[in-house]
Amino acid sequence: MTEITKHEPHTIYIKPSTGLAALNLRDLWIYRELIFFMVWRDVKVKYKQTLLGMAWAVIQPVMTMLIFTFLFDRVAKLPTEGIPYPVFSFTALLPWGLFVTALNQGSRSLVAHNNMVTKIYFPRLILPMSSVFAGLVDFAIAFVILVILMLYYRVAPAWHLLWTLPLFLLLAIITALGVALWLSAVNVQYRDVNQALPFLTQFWLFATPVAYSASVISDKWQILYSLNPMAGVVNGFRWALLGIGNGPDLTLWVSVGISILIFISGLFYFRSMEKTFADTI
Amino acid sequence: MTTAISVKNIGKQYKIGAAESKFRYNMLRDVIVDTFSAPVRLAKAMIGKSDRRLNQNYVWALKDVSFDLEEGKVLGIVGRNGAGKSTLLKILSRVTEPTVGTVAVRGRVGSLLEVGTGFHPELTGRENIYMNGAILGMRRAEIDSKFDEIVDFSEVTQYIDTPVKRYSSGMYLRLAFAVAAHLEPEILVVDEVLAVGDAEFQKKCLGKMGDVAQQGRTVLFVSHNMSAILRLTQEAIVLNKGQMIMRGPTQEAVDFYLSSGQSQAGERAWDVDEIPAASAPFRPISLKVRDVRGKVVDTVRSTEPVTVEFTYQLDAPITGLRIGFYLSTMRGEYVLTSFDTDAQELFEKFDSRTAGRYVSRAQIPADIFNEGRYSIGVNASSFGVRRYFMDENAIAFNVDISGAPGTQWPEPRVGPVRPRLDWNIEKVE
Repeated sequence: MTEITKHEPHTIYIKPSTGLAALNLRDLWIYRELIFFMVWRDVKVKYKQTLLGMAWAVIQPVMTMLIFTFLFDRVAKLPTEGIPYPVFSFTALLPWGLFVTALNQGSRSLVAHNNMVTKIYFPRLILPMSSVFAGLVDFAIAFVILVILMLYYRVAPAWHLLWTLPLFLLLAIITALGVALWLSAVNVQYRDVNQALPFLTQFWLFATPVAYSASVISDKWQILYSLNPMAGVVNGFRWALLGIGNGPDLTLWVSVGISILIFISGLFYFRSMEKTFADTI
Repeated sequence: MTTAISVKNIGKQYKIGAAESKFRYNMLRDVIVDTFSAPVRLAKAMIGKSDRRLNQNYVWALKDVSFDLEEGKVLGIVGRNGAGKSTLLKILSRVTEPTVGTVAVRGRVGSLLEVGTGFHPELTGRENIYMNGAILGMRRAEIDSKFDEIVDFSEVTQYIDTPVKRYSSGMYLRLAFAVAAHLEPEILVVDEVLAVGDAEFQKKCLGKMGDVAQQGRTVLFVSHNMSAILRLTQEAIVLNKGQMIMRGPTQEAVDFYLSSGQSQAGERAWDVDEIPAASAPFRPISLKVRDVRGKVVDTVRSTEPVTVEFTYQLDAPITGLRIGFYLSTMRGEYVLTSFDTDAQELFEKFDSRTAGRYVSRAQIPADIFNEGRYSIGVNASSFGVRRYFMDENAIAFNVDISGAPGTQWPEPRVGPVRPRLDWNIEKVE
């Protein structure tokens, strides 16, 4: 066995926390490799013992897109601002898929890893964070499909706007993480969250312009509509990739504001509940 | 010497669910009211204004515990189930926060509270080593440098690239322990890991613990295995009902622990709060040691038979129940194990025991024990089905050897038993 690490150990004080807990980014930094390993594990294990393996990451969004195309394009004939419907809907399914994965995996992350939570110390934030990041791998695969679709339908990307795409991706991640922080922390004590998730996901899908265009909403409802931060994310993706829609206007800033509010409040709620996780889970 | 751990007046309070919930749903009206008020309750609970708070009972799992531990010392922690040992370790390893008090910990705390945490069955042994190492707070480079050592220690070299779901439970535990044992924190917290694996591997683990202690690392060691505590630690603390009732040299602490908790000499009664909920429908009531005249005694004579009497209540019938006594010395060595349905006819007659109160009584013949103090553990289980109740050190008693074989020579004899053997001396030449 090797000798004990020589660096001077620092002293940790353990005491009851009061008031708003600090974020403790230092510990998060120390445990940064754990985030990487958790993401790596989630990705690695996700399609184990499935016949189709990684193909599921392609099949799921493509099937949704086909169903949407049949229902909303062939049957309902919704307007798409001149973009072929498959490309139109798939552009929205990219961030939506990321959000749904994050919502479902993230909200269940603490309860799913309750043996870790009750046995060892590590910053609990790592669990919802890594669930959200694991969704990025599926996102990357779906992105390749979108490129293929755009080539097939000969839709030129909005080159001059493309640089804003990472910003909208960031907005999607912040929104997903914010919601996951809230729900995962509540889920520790009230498993009602598990029951509400399927319904919540479905409701949220209808409230987001994934299958339809945000332009079908009348102007007087636009601000109210943009209180759903995912509306801002999806509109932003369409604008950055396809050049359709209004671009950054008041509704986008409302979405951004709500998203940041959910994220920051989620962080503090999570941190203040964190001390009771091991006892109540 | 610097202080590695300084614990000051820590306490931990737990909520225990109120009994009201049991009778909550007996009226349809209640169900309806409950359903409609649920969202309000959820909202209230989320902002911390739970209306249930008044109905809840609080218990102190740990209360007013203070001690300092110097760097490089190995401290044993002993106490009955529910004495607060695990709570203490959880606070020290930052899994849970104390309700009151402070702890100053100098350096990284590694915990062996539960080996194999974060192991994923679909990942290979190699992948799990990295994963588990990261969970325990090891850097990637650190795992890389110890990888071969970990694999060697675990003895699963051949299967290192096989998913661990194909491992036997022994291999799984060995690998899990190997990772945890190679974590090199300044402070190591160990709880009952030695209960895993076969005897050979347990020996190896104890050896590893000894190494760790000799390297000058601070170790907190919790175990029900008194001989391991005695072997590995010089000093121990005794916890009882959440409080530290003694700290001293290990031998003294262990003696104190084994003889404490008896309401009167020779008798042990279980309070309601000492019985784990998981024991139901089994409920221990008392354990008594009686001498040949039927008197409850603390000291028995080696030359007379001793009766051990266990009274318990079954709140529902149990099939295949057997009550066991484990006799051991104060050093933790077992002397014997015996079950109340060892005899074939009792086994058949009491195959199923209906609800009610029972006494299982065993008479230990004369001329068994050597001088000293012995401990009796009790166990209630259905073989291969379930263990209802277990108390490793339920009671202790002294043995007086006056008149026992060999007492004409005033010298101590080694060995836990002192039977009267049938000697025969023959002159052959």
